[in-house]
Parts: sequence; C-alpha cells; structure tokens
Amino acid sequence: MPSDDVSHTSVAQDSCRSCWLAAPGLLWLALFFLVPLGLVFTISFASRGTYGGIVWEFTWANYVDLLHPLYGKILAQSLWYATLTTAICFLLGFPLAYVIARSPARWQPVLLLLVMLPFWTNFLVRTYAWMILLRHDGLTNNVLLALGLITEPLELLYTPTAVVIGLVYGYLPFMVLPLYVAVERLDPVLVEAAWDLYASRWAVLTRVVMPLTMPGIVGGCILVFIPSIGSFITPDLLGGARSMMIGNLIQHEYLVVRDWPLGSAVSFVLMAIVMAAVVLYYRQASRGDGPLEGR
Amino acid sequence: MATFSTSPVIASDQSLSSASPTIDIRAIVRNHGSVAAVDHVSFQVRRGEFFSILGPSGAGKTSVLRIVAGFEDPDAGDVLIDGRSMLDVPPNRRPVNLVFQSYALFPHLTVFENVAFGLKMRRVPTALIDEQVRQTLTMVKLVGKEGRKPAQLSGGEQQRVALARALVNKPAVVLLDEPLAALDQQLRQAMQVELKSIQEQAGLTCVCVTHHQEEAMMMSDRIAVMHQGRMWQVGTPREVYENPRTLFVSRFLGVSNELPGRVGEAMEDAHLLQPADDRVPAFPVRMGSGASPGRSVTWSIRPERLRMSRERPVNSDSMLTGVIEKVLFAGSETKYLIRVGHETLWEARTTGAVQLPYAPGDPVFLHWALGDGRVFFE
Repeated sequence: MPSDDVSHTSVAQDSCRSCWLAAPGLLWLALFFLVPLGLVFTISFASRGTYGGIVWEFTWANYVDLLHPLYGKILAQSLWYATLTTAICFLLGFPLAYVIARSPARWQPVLLLLVMLPFWTNFLVRTYAWMILLRHDGLTNNVLLALGLITEPLELLYTPTAVVIGLVYGYLPFMVLPLYVAVERLDPVLVEAAWDLYASRWAVLTRVVMPLTMPGIVGGCILVFIPSIGSFITPDLLGGARSMMIGNLIQHEYLVVRDWPLGSAVSFVLMAIVMAAVVLYYRQASRGDGPLEGR
Repeated sequence: MATFSTSPVIASDQSLSSASPTIDIRAIVRNHGSVAAVDHVSFQVRRGEFFSILGPSGAGKTSVLRIVAGFEDPDAGDVLIDGRSMLDVPPNRRPVNLVFQSYALFPHLTVFENVAFGLKMRRVPTALIDEQVRQTLTMVKLVGKEGRKPAQLSGGEQQRVALARALVNKPAVVLLDEPLAALDQQLRQAMQVELKSIQEQAGLTCVCVTHHQEEAMMMSDRIAVMHQGRMWQVGTPREVYENPRTLFVSRFLGVSNELPGRVGEAMEDAHLLQPADDRVPAFPVRMGSGASPGRSVTWSIRPERLRMSRERPVNSDSMLTGVIEKVLFAGSETKYLIRVGHETLWEARTTGAVQLPYAPGDPVFLHWALGDGRVFFE
C-alpha cells in the first residue's frame, strides 16, 4: 500500500511542522516552570543551615517533619477551607450561571462582564476592602446592629468564616464561567421533556441538568479548589493566626523562618494534594455519564 | 358563509356518544405581546381519537399544544382533561406526554433508560418498569437497541424512542409536535402508517400538531384547521377537504382552483356565476341561501373534480374551455396547468396511465358536475 504510506508521511510532516509552533511556549515552560520546580524538589531533600542557608545533604527529614500533628492540622484545615469554598461557590454559582445562560442573548455578555468585573481591581485591594467590611465596627456589623438583628457586634474578622467568605468572593467567577458554558450548551427542551415525564424540579436538576452539565461542574470545581487550597493572601489578611493555611505555612517557612528545604517539602505536599484532587474529580466525571446508571 | 350541495358529507359529530371528552379546551387565549397567538380556541377530543391541529407556521398551533402540556399558561379559558381543570397543575402532574419535534431524548441515557424515565419518576417498581419498557419497545420495533445511546440511533429510531418514551406511561393523551417533520420523505410516509397503527392498536388518544396537510389527512380522525391564532374549521379529513368553510381552509388543504365573480341571475336550482374575468363565460353554480344577485363570491373546485376532454361534452352547462400551459408528469399521475380565460391558471390531473396525454398549447374542455364546486361569499 504505497499510497497509504505517502499519505502517512505527509500527515506526519504536517503535524511535525505545526509542532514548531509550540516551541516558544514549551521553551518558556521548561525554563521558568520545570527548572525552578526541579530546583524546589531538590531543595526539599536538603537541610537548613544555621543562618538560613541551604546545606546540600540528602535527607528525608523535611518530609518526616511534616508528619508532626501541627502540620497535619494546617493541612486538614486547608483542605477543609478549600472544600467548603468549592461547595459554597458551586451552590452560589450554579443558579447564577443558569440564570445568565437562560437570560436573553443580548444580556448575557453584560451579565458575564459583571461577574468578571471584580478582576479589574487588584486582589489585595479587594481583600483589604473585606477587612473594612468585616471588622468589629465595620459595615456588616453596623448594618446588622441598625436593623436590630444583633445586639452586639459579631466577631467576623480574623475567623475561619472570614477566610471562607474571602475565598468564595475571590473565586466565585472561576466557578460561574465554566458552568455558564455548560448550561448554555444544554438544550432547554430536555428540561421540558423531563418535566413532562413526571420529574419534579429536583429530579429535573439531578437527573438531567446536572449530569449533562457535569464537564462544567468538574471544571468549575477544579478551578476553585486549586487556588483556594494554595491561597495565602486571604487567610493572612482575613484569618489571622488561627486560620493558617498551607500557603501561609510555605510563605512562613520561606520568608520568616528562612527554612527553604521545609518550605519546599510543604510545596510538594500541596502539589500532591492538588494532583490527587484533580485525578479524583476526573475519575468521578468520567465514571459513566451520570447518576441514572444501570436500570 | 358557504353553502354546498351534493358532496358526500360525513357528519362531524359521528359518535358524540355518552362518553365525556378526554380533552376539553374552552376558549383559550394566549397573548404574545399585543398579538393573540391563540385566540379563543375551543375543541374537544374523544377517547381513542387521533386529532390533528393543522396550520401554517405561526398559526398558534404549537402554543395550543404547549398549553395542554402545561408549559404555557393561557391568559383566558380552561383546559380540562378527563373532566378536571389543568390550570393549576404543573406539567409533571398532568396525565399527558409530549413527543417533541426534536425528540428531546436524554443524550446521557440509553434507549432503555430514556423510555423508563417517566415510570422511574413515578416510582413504579423496577420489575414492572422492566416489563412495560420491553413491551413498548416491542411495539415500536426497537428490541435489541435497549443499550444504545440516542446518538447511536438513526433519525427514524430516535423518533420511535421519543414515541415509546411517551407511550410507556399510558397517558390520557399523547401530544405530538410535528412528530415526523425531521424525517425524510420516504421514512415519513412509512412512519405515518406505523404511527397510525400503533395509535389504533394501543387505543391512544392523540393530539397532533402539523403543517403537513397530507399527513394530517391520512392519520387523523378529525382535523382542526388553525390560522392566525384561530380555529377555522373542525371536522373529519373528508369534511374539511370537501366542504371547506373558508377560502383559507380550501387553499390550505390541497389545490383550490378559484374563479372570483358575482352572483348572476337565479336559475331553477342554481345561480349563474358571472366571472370577474370577462373572457370567461357565465356558468351555473349551486349557491344555496345567501345568494343575492350582484354579491361578490369566489368559486372554487378541486383538481380531481375537473374532467378533461378534447371534444365538447354533451349536455353539460358546467363547462369551460382552456389551453394547456404546462404538463407536469409525476409518475402515478400527470398534472396540467391550464389557462382559463385571461389570468386564471387551474390545475387538473389525469392518472399516469392515460394513453394520449395532452401537450402544452392543446385546447381542452374542462367540465364537472353541478355540485362539485364550492362558493365562498365575501
């Protein structure tokens, strides 16, 4: 089959030619992502010198140190905050995305723009704004007091609640956008069909809408979970000392304690968690196409 | 109002028996902005009847169907199913199932799961679901395809799944929204026959919306012709075809050869029709009451009522001369466009078996029986 061979080669040549287009990007990633990553990985097996330098001696000590309950607590806390943030973002974001995707076509770009609007301001500035809103004599407490809903100011700032509020606020758009795309693709007539076939509103949601928008749900959850678990500005500014997250720990080890090897080890543990979470999500999503499996 | 004579009219309420109607639509109105999409529409559908709502697109027929299904609320009027008002009942509690034009099969579910969906939602025991789904799949000839996803099926098979998904619930009424519109011509004709036989076999009550007049006539027990939000006529296919009540109905159900004119002098059992086209001679037409000389009318006759001949027919006053303008051979029959008088083009037909067909330019005599045409007063 000589003709087949010819066509094969030409396809291979074509794909090879287009390969070069990826070269600049790949080079960039190799230089500025893989090399530093390798460096951090190597450092995580070194140990701290007396004055904060790196002593190049292979050791497992940093990873063993991380088994200390204190670190375990920070890790568990980070996982919990990130999971909670993802869940709240989903509960808030799904209806929002649904309404946007089902609103008149000419309104949709405007509504999406409004969702993106916070990104126009620096994240740090916005987090400071939350400090003003949540503090002891802040707007939230003043309004609640004025409405007579509370008699004493609530302790909001520097609590886990404040951290989760800040995280949800920061990452909600990352949830809304992929969900919007998924809902927008969902044929509304399928919702009517389910409703016509005796499904309650809840059943329409769980049996038809959610299975069919699962790619968007998974995408949104990953996009919220990953930055949430690694965040450090939000817990630093809104959480105070009690709500330390893994990101703060890394920052602390690198910049305050100047224990780069331990900080590197923590970074790699964080990466492992993120990878595990992503794999788990994808597994969940690709296992069958929905909850109505079997008969 | 038109009046008619000898054609074989079947009484429209042939079996208004003791049974109350399954569907009773009472003067429903549905406004879209300032336009009435549905304008005081009333009709009744009997148990086991195949009822079609026929009309051009934008006639409001899909709105009627959606109101019956519960997806739209009427602004006025009432919808009764088995004697019970459905106005406060959401779609998932109405004893009706809709077969969507696009089928709306759930892409993430198999054929079996699609068909089982309604039963599952009503929490029918699993063993019973299994049995009923298999029965229904047998009826629509889909055995062996249970495990397929909709995307793996042909258009005709998807159509059957959509049908089965409604039938399996044994609803009081099956609503069909242009059920065969997405199929190609040949499959469509086969499915017309099949759908009709399934409907009869299962004793289904069906309300079908279509813009396809032939489909409506072949499948329906009764047809309602809808236009601009209103129902103009309800009757058996033969009745609406043979005795259309308005010019619109006449035109929408097949070819209507028309001749505008005025009522002329009265004769023994007819009136003379004085055509507006002065090259067409006057001829007698049965008009019944309402025919006062000078009144504007349009006279209409179906192509198959026109007989063609090369010689002048003897003893016939119901006759005109024309010239063949176009010959359209369509296999089983041949259609002729015939110029009558100055500006009128009529259609007549012969079977394809005719030995000596007419050719363009041939003069021809057209004749018919006195009662064959219909008169529409303006």
